[in-house]
Amino acid sequence: MDVKQLRKAAWIIFFVTPGLMIVGVFILLPLFMSLYNSLFSWNQLLPVEFVGLENFSRLFTKYPYQQRFLNALQNNLIWFLSTMILQNSVGLLFGYLMSRSIPGYQAFKRIFFIPVLFSIIAVGFLWGLYLKPSGLVNNFLGLIGLESLQHAWLGEERFATMAIIMVNIWRWVGFPSLVFLAAIDNVPTECLEAAHLDGVGEWKLFWKIVFPLIIPSITIITVLTVIGSLNVFEQIYTMTGLDGGPNYSTDTIGTLFYRTAFGSVDAGSPEIGIGSAIGVVIYILTFLISLISIRFSRSREVQL
Amino acid sequence: MKRFLLLMLVCTVAVSTLFAAGTTETPAAGSQTKTEIHFWTWRPEDVDFYARQIAIFEAANPDIKVVQTAHKNTEYNTILAAALAGGSGPDVFQGRAYGGLATFADSHYLEPLEQWLPELKNYSPTALLGATSPTDGKIYGSPAVSQTVFMYYNKAIYKELGLSIPKNWAQLIANFEAMKKAGYIPLANGAKDGWTLETMLGGMGPAFYGATDFFTAVVEGKRNFQDPAFIKMIEKMKSLTAYMPNMFMGVSYEDMRANFFNEVAGHLVGGSYEAAYFNTQNPDLYYDVFAIPGEDASKPAPVSVYADMNFAMNAASQKKNASVKFLKFLSSKDFGNSMIRDLKMISSVPGVDASSDPFIARVLELQKNATPFIFLVGFRYQQPTGSSLWQAAAQGVMAGTLTPAQAAKQVQDGIASYYKPFQK
Repeated sequence: MDVKQLRKAAWIIFFVTPGLMIVGVFILLPLFMSLYNSLFSWNQLLPVEFVGLENFSRLFTKYPYQQRFLNALQNNLIWFLSTMILQNSVGLLFGYLMSRSIPGYQAFKRIFFIPVLFSIIAVGFLWGLYLKPSGLVNNFLGLIGLESLQHAWLGEERFATMAIIMVNIWRWVGFPSLVFLAAIDNVPTECLEAAHLDGVGEWKLFWKIVFPLIIPSITIITVLTVIGSLNVFEQIYTMTGLDGGPNYSTDTIGTLFYRTAFGSVDAGSPEIGIGSAIGVVIYILTFLISLISIRFSRSREVQL
Repeated sequence: MKRFLLLMLVCTVAVSTLFAAGTTETPAAGSQTKTEIHFWTWRPEDVDFYARQIAIFEAANPDIKVVQTAHKNTEYNTILAAALAGGSGPDVFQGRAYGGLATFADSHYLEPLEQWLPELKNYSPTALLGATSPTDGKIYGSPAVSQTVFMYYNKAIYKELGLSIPKNWAQLIANFEAMKKAGYIPLANGAKDGWTLETMLGGMGPAFYGATDFFTAVVEGKRNFQDPAFIKMIEKMKSLTAYMPNMFMGVSYEDMRANFFNEVAGHLVGGSYEAAYFNTQNPDLYYDVFAIPGEDASKPAPVSVYADMNFAMNAASQKKNASVKFLKFLSSKDFGNSMIRDLKMISSVPGVDASSDPFIARVLELQKNATPFIFLVGFRYQQPTGSSLWQAAAQGVMAGTLTPAQAAKQVQDGIASYYKPFQK
């Protein structure tokens, strides 16, 4: 290796090391630490003995861990499906409309994106106030004569999760909109013009030409939605609390993990072993489902 | 060459920053070195109070400096656990009681206090129970305050409507009806925050499930939470929804307190810790408290009581002598009297004088019929705690998605998953 190559290698190491260290210390190390912690039984905050996969088997088979885990996982699934169906299709619609340069689209672009910049805690807190029995939403419903639709949005089991999901969609829809807008803007105009000349309608144009060409962006948004839906925590924490109330109806594996691993005033002493096992399961699920969704959308990608 | 110089410059800046951060200031020659101890609380609202008390302590102990840090109540345990595990925890701190204390004591983060504070033997057994680890029976905290759960009522509204303190459940319901008719919300409580339903249980429950007799029996495993008396109590609690605010399932802790101190509602089931807050929010609020009666007027109405706070010492503290001096100060009668006077808290220090404060005197009078706050005192040692099970199940009952019997089963099954006396 000559001096030039050596110097090049030194530079690469110089620039890569800080990033690697951050990833190593803050991502890889905790990952392996939680895997390690999940293999022990714990007495309060101290590890007692190596128990192998017993914490995992308790989590998957023993009452009440199994019930709580499945209930939380089901809510994560609701989060994923609602976000995919509602948020991402609305985002796609917004992106498409803006790409057609509808009047005022520059202003819309900014308006849609502003909530994305808001702190999630602030959004949760404010919408928590709006969704109170005497809050903005119910007052508005009263104003337009729809008193019968007034509800304790965050206090009723059948509405609480959907209410929080809607708030999250309100906050985040600008992000897929912009990603899809950028993707649609990248579709070669000659393709679209040729299609127009051939007399292809707007509907067919979108499904047959635009959609297949923006699948890479859809893949990215899908993977981000998977990760986001499995890591839901702050929204629940600020709007219905750590216990995922009422009666666990808004519990997600994020809040379940936090409660179990760290304990709380009401939830009791920390269960670090089972908590870490939940953490490991979150890691594995995120990894696997992301992988599957990448594979799935890759197979449908087309190139010009 | 230019690049090399730039690189050198970056490295120099980085290295010098590192060293700058590591430099410690040396005290000026001749100045007396003070022992600095760190004191943590979960009461950001009481920072001024503790600052005043620390000033008094420092005046009497000029060689000690106390640095106070307050953390948000709900995050306190997590932050404290992380700090103690990392070896950087405070020297003296507010500790929880019962299960919350046992977490730290059983992890060997707390110093057993009997040898340092012989005066602990003068405390009441109820107070000491909250500071004792059930694992080794040692005392790990100096009991600070107790809390009592009862019914607050608005005296002005009572006077306006000609009502009197109810002697039995039927009279209580009659008072609620009168208030409803007059346009007031009879009972301010909501159900959005599950823990406020545990408070509600502490207030109205004991008279129905049989107070301390039942508590002792369930702790020993002789009776359980599917007992008819306990289920009947849940039914009674459910019946109160008729008097709670519109859409009570969405009414949070803050809202229910506001309903009461803004005089929109006439009653609130709450803990003794609310009084100081009411006084600051509405100094004109004319209120008092009573124990919620059961169906039989001849039986005295019980109130749920629990030890709420202990002052504890870090077992790894390097400054134990100074810390013990501060702990002794926090366990003194003067400090206890200040807690009563300034925070309206029921100090656990033996021999404090509560007669100066009519509210505290009233609480102490009600405490003559004290019973342990059932889930907090008896079932908060392991997950899932009785408290968290009850809070979720009670939300189901209040919303109508669970029957009282289903809720009782949910609580019983959850506790029985680890509680040995229930597994027999």
